[in-house]
Amino acid sequence: MRDHVVGRITQLAQQDPRIVLITGDLGFGVLNEYRERCAAQFINAGVAEQNMTAMAAGMAMEGHIVFTYSIANFPTLRCLEQIRNDVCYHDLNVNVLAVGGGFSYGQLGMSHHATEDLSIMRALPNIQVLAPSDPWQAVHAVDALIAQDGPGYLRIDKSSAGVAPIDHPDLATLRVHRDGTDVMLVGIGGILAECLEAAEQLGARGVSAGVLEVVTLKPLDVDGIVAAAERTPLLVTVEEHSVVGGLGGAVAEVIAERRTAASLLRIGLNDTYSSIVGSQDYLRNVYEMDAAAIVSKVLERL
Amino acid sequence: MVNTANALTAPETEELAKKIRSSVVRMTHLGKSSHVGSALSIADILAVLYGDVLNVDPSDPSKPDRDRFVLSKGHAGAAVYAALAHTGFFSVETLDKHYQNGSILSGHVSHKGVPGVELSTGSLGHGLGVAVGMAKAAQMRSAKHRVVCLLSDGECDEGSNWEAVLFAAHHGLRNLTAVIDYNKIQSLDPVADTIGLEPFADKWVAFGWKVTEVDGHEHTALRNALSASADDAPHCVICHTTKGKGVSFMENSVLWHYRTPQGEEYDAAVEELDGA
Repeated sequence: MRDHVVGRITQLAQQDPRIVLITGDLGFGVLNEYRERCAAQFINAGVAEQNMTAMAAGMAMEGHIVFTYSIANFPTLRCLEQIRNDVCYHDLNVNVLAVGGGFSYGQLGMSHHATEDLSIMRALPNIQVLAPSDPWQAVHAVDALIAQDGPGYLRIDKSSAGVAPIDHPDLATLRVHRDGTDVMLVGIGGILAECLEAAEQLGARGVSAGVLEVVTLKPLDVDGIVAAAERTPLLVTVEEHSVVGGLGGAVAEVIAERRTAASLLRIGLNDTYSSIVGSQDYLRNVYEMDAAAIVSKVLERL
Repeated sequence: MVNTANALTAPETEELAKKIRSSVVRMTHLGKSSHVGSALSIADILAVLYGDVLNVDPSDPSKPDRDRFVLSKGHAGAAVYAALAHTGFFSVETLDKHYQNGSILSGHVSHKGVPGVELSTGSLGHGLGVAVGMAKAAQMRSAKHRVVCLLSDGECDEGSNWEAVLFAAHHGLRNLTAVIDYNKIQSLDPVADTIGLEPFADKWVAFGWKVTEVDGHEHTALRNALSASADDAPHCVICHTTKGKGVSFMENSVLWHYRTPQGEEYDAAVEELDGA
């Protein structure tokens, strides 16, 4: 997904001199082509995320379309106030690219696990928050972020869900991958693969399970969530992220405020730090958000 | 880079500084607001910038070739609003709305709806990084305008500034000027008793900046320092100032970082400023 995102930005930057990519000294190998083809539009800010982000705001004020690039929590939490005050309050076209969503860098430890980013970015006014499940979607997400004037956050996952590409996808709208009448699994990012697998397994056990995909967490397709909550008695959100304030939080807000009859089960990291390491798949299993865990939690709830 | 359209002489910028001070005291009185000492500290710097040095045009605040001014010590926003009003960006009467319910003139400087303000600040350590971005963008397109950022001394505790300082020197941002209001007093205590900055000028030099030290209340010296730039480095102008400058009982006092001028104190401040 990461290579597709950078590849798309490289393509677009060659046609649009306003585009600038600033890295916080990360992207070894990944940014080579961009650096070669768009040297004048590349800046390495060094290991200095606060300045990277403030500077991005200053450049956007001067008419640039800026991407900031780093791993996991560095371009978001380390410089959160620069995103809030400098970028979002001034409503600038600065797009934060965070590689390593969720447990993508599972072996590197808690510092490199992005497990609160969706929640925290979603709380900021003006910003759009996108978390694609597949590389082809991430390419469209880049286009969408460039096309809008305001700030954006793009969570880049190492895994992909393997969802087949469609022409002209509308990333702002929920996509129904599978219909179901007993339960609707709502997934975001590469972990959508676990939802699709879980729905199969539930089907084999006589449970009609649907799968909905959210790419744009903010602004959320509220009508899509309400429609799902009216069709199925149980919504289950699945995210490689804390259950606090991310997809689960966003869906909870909608179904509570709209007084839908559906109940909710949030699957994700249960308000804790991931203190052990392992591959992305391994950690999904340990923290009970893989297909088997989803199936078992749904059966327990029904 | 001198504002040829409205270049004021030193006696004229001194007159402008007086107006800024009077307005600041009136605004903090009407709004019962803090930070009068911080605003008085920079009145001369702003008078020289807006009256003389900056290429800005009140009739066209967004003209592309304008010099950009960023107030990083946003708590002194009253002084910037006053400088803008007294140089024609908006009416002086508007200043009376500062800090009032429903006003856009917030205690910390805000750009929203206020002609001439480039950046909203208030949390310290933000302005210089944004100014670096503005300067880098100008350098990339060989634009000739300058970017001037005014910081407080206490603000230099913030690590984000030093990230920006490193970047600006490495990229040879000669279009960038950082102006430090070095009044030696921060929020709770003197700077020297909090996180000492000395040897302050040496630090900037060591980071690759050209440094000029100047009396921050002496207009000819300020004009010369603020108009200068180096060939290949960003410029830091360390202005030695007096917090609360212009009102004797506010000068060099931590108290007047927070205290608002009311009652007899307000009357005494007005008399000193208007009688001066």
